[in-house]
Amino acid sequence: MTTPTPTQTLDLAARFPGCVTPDERPGYSGWIVPANKLIEFAAALRDEFGYDLLSSVTGVDYFPEDRMEVVYHAYKTTGGAGLVFRTQTPRTSAEVPSLVSLYPGVELQERETWDLLGIKFNDHPDLRRILMWEGFSGHPLRKDWHEAYFEEEGKPFKNRWPVGKIIQAEDVNPFNDNIAYPPGFDAKKWIPEGDAALYGALAKYETSDETGLNTDHIVVNMGPQHPSTHGVFRVAVILDGENIVSLKPVMGYLHRNHEKIGERNTYLQNMPYTDRLDYLSSMSNNFGYALAVEKLINIAVPERADYIRIMMAELTRISNHCMALGALFNDLGTFFTPLIYLLEERELILDIFETVSGSRMMCNYFRFGGVARDLPEGTLEKIRGLAFERLPRKIDEVDRFLSENEIVRARCIGQGILTAEDAIKYSATGPLLRASGVPYDIRRADPYGIYDRFEFDVVVRQNGDIYDRYMLRLEEMRQSVRIIQQAVKGIPEGPIQTGKPQYQVRVPAGEVYGRIEGPKGELGFYILSTGKPNPWRYHVRAPSFINLTAFGPMCIGQKIADIVAILGSIDIVLGETDR
Amino acid sequence: MYGTGILKGLGVTLKHFVDTYIEDLRWLGRKRYGSPEGIAHRASKGSRGIFTVQYPEEKVPLPEEFRFIPFLVYDEGQEGEKILRCTSCGICAKVCPPQCIWIVRTTDPSTGRPIPDPAEYYIDADICMNCGLCAEYCPFDAIKMDHNYELASYKRMVFDKETLAKPAAYYESIRPINATAENAARAAKVAARAGKME
Ligand code: SF4
Ligand code: SF4
Repeated sequence: MTTPTPTQTLDLAARFPGCVTPDERPGYSGWIVPANKLIEFAAALRDEFGYDLLSSVTGVDYFPEDRMEVVYHAYKTTGGAGLVFRTQTPRTSAEVPSLVSLYPGVELQERETWDLLGIKFNDHPDLRRILMWEGFSGHPLRKDWHEAYFEEEGKPFKNRWPVGKIIQAEDVNPFNDNIAYPPGFDAKKWIPEGDAALYGALAKYETSDETGLNTDHIVVNMGPQHPSTHGVFRVAVILDGENIVSLKPVMGYLHRNHEKIGERNTYLQNMPYTDRLDYLSSMSNNFGYALAVEKLINIAVPERADYIRIMMAELTRISNHCMALGALFNDLGTFFTPLIYLLEERELILDIFETVSGSRMMCNYFRFGGVARDLPEGTLEKIRGLAFERLPRKIDEVDRFLSENEIVRARCIGQGILTAEDAIKYSATGPLLRASGVPYDIRRADPYGIYDRFEFDVVVRQNGDIYDRYMLRLEEMRQSVRIIQQAVKGIPEGPIQTGKPQYQVRVPAGEVYGRIEGPKGELGFYILSTGKPNPWRYHVRAPSFINLTAFGPMCIGQKIADIVAILGSIDIVLGETDR
Repeated sequence: MYGTGILKGLGVTLKHFVDTYIEDLRWLGRKRYGSPEGIAHRASKGSRGIFTVQYPEEKVPLPEEFRFIPFLVYDEGQEGEKILRCTSCGICAKVCPPQCIWIVRTTDPSTGRPIPDPAEYYIDADICMNCGLCAEYCPFDAIKMDHNYELASYKRMVFDKETLAKPAAYYESIRPINATAENAARAAKVAARAGKME
């Protein structure tokens, strides 16, 4: 249990007289910081006020006003509510100072904001596109950017009803004509200068002759098609012999601009899209999104629905960790056996998801103010059977067979170390952070739903290596089983939805950041509403993406064969990384 | 000692293999493969040994809520004509996240007023994300999610009204619990309205 920190109201306006002002627009909170004071402000926040975890960075386009905002969400790893601050910059020449020097965890996020919104971060060490490719024209999340086949700003589209004119997307958007290039760009003559920039961003080529031998560093590209990258993901590495000198993740191959789609969708329509973020834990994604929107519309959830939500979220955590551990062992060379055995447990959990939601993976089960439907008859029995009989036994089995296995130990202990300071610095969350000795679990640090009623331990391990991440996930599965056991016992009868189910929710203007402790880390949804049926800004703080910031630093000095194991121990899903 | 890890690991696989046959012996006299009980047992908390189901010879039973591409429910009239429940109110087309439903409303040629019966109804099945929102929010129980998932095809699948229409009896057969509850609710509504009229 974290002891509640004494609530001292921060008076940042007094600390920075005349420049930092509280944000008083209706529905907003936090502080507005002028760009030239940003670094000073962030430094004070970190060193004086203890906000050591800069969790999320994103931008908002206020088109047609000539204004853009960069929004930051900072937290303390000792727990408690967060702090929002923002800085404004003109749209036509959007520039703010980069915070990489203070909070290195923003590196990938600032690149993303530059890529998608065109906000330049001065003094960023490596400001390149990250999700889009180099030959891409424009910044797609800007409100005046339209895709090749643009229908309307917001759904529902008018030509579907009452006089529906059937359109087949491929007829209006033929292959080849759906790309706009930047002026002067010739795709046929183009040499991917992005690659040069990428390699340039890695450490410089050097020859070393300490041993009398002249050795050259070589560049190796792993992926994008590689069995151990868990999807289409590329790693560019510079090697000195077998040792890693420098490493950069390259991603975006699965990018579909989830956020732009989300800004076109109505609030409810977004729910099934969140399933497709981290497709191994769709129930958790639903949870985070539902929480964020519920905060905005200020609606309570009936007790029974709260219990169902927690059971589903914890079952998801178990099934996700089954996958994560199985895949990690694959990467270590066990060649599928543990994975397939763990998949059995996951299958049984997915059976439950299928009975309640109708789909094994794309659950789309949460609604604002409740869940879509009550547990069908017999489901609670099934969950009880799993939680009390099968899962504890199976988790112990995995523990018995693998934790002491000599190969696992030899390859995992002491490898891919991330210290506690580094983990916080790189904004790592979830198992990655806790395996490094930081007891930060949002379910305890900033409880949501009814987690405060359950007894469970926040699992922490001290060494921050691959082995600890493995052990931590195993132990977390046990804790999740504990929570489910309590939920199965305590679940009351009653309604599962507040009010009548509505397909159009009225969302008042304002902003909100809702976050949950997802199986992979802090999953946050930043939503900005203008009171219209579609969100003005919809941003996902994806743990799979941000945890990769620490990937490079963790690998330096390791052997090339350890890359796959380290990546496996971070546990990413590309659907969420690339969004 | 090196090597024990490997032996132990192989032992796990061997145990799983042997478990399959022990389980088979326990099932002597009963069908463990290709029978609903056998499949249900393999997918239960007591499952041991072989876990997989030999699709397509065996199929996992679908829970009632299972959802795949929607269909339009019709009731049969006195002469066996198909009366779609759909009133072309357009809620499903509005709620559909990828916007893959197209409806053309019928208008009465003499008055120009809309008639509650769709002239055309299309679902682009290749774009449909099987979210089930259309079925969830249709106020007339007119569109429901199907159980037929074997739709692989070389062709582009845009389903029109004829393809989508399926009888109410089919709906009741795949979703008995829901259908019974909905029928009762509709009957109660009709009764309530009749009561008010009197
Ligand atoms: S299927 Fe239902 S929601 Fe859709 S138009 Fe017909 S009656 Fe309305
Ligand atoms: S299931 Fe979802 S995607 Fe498919 S037609 Fe219905 S609302 Fe649209």
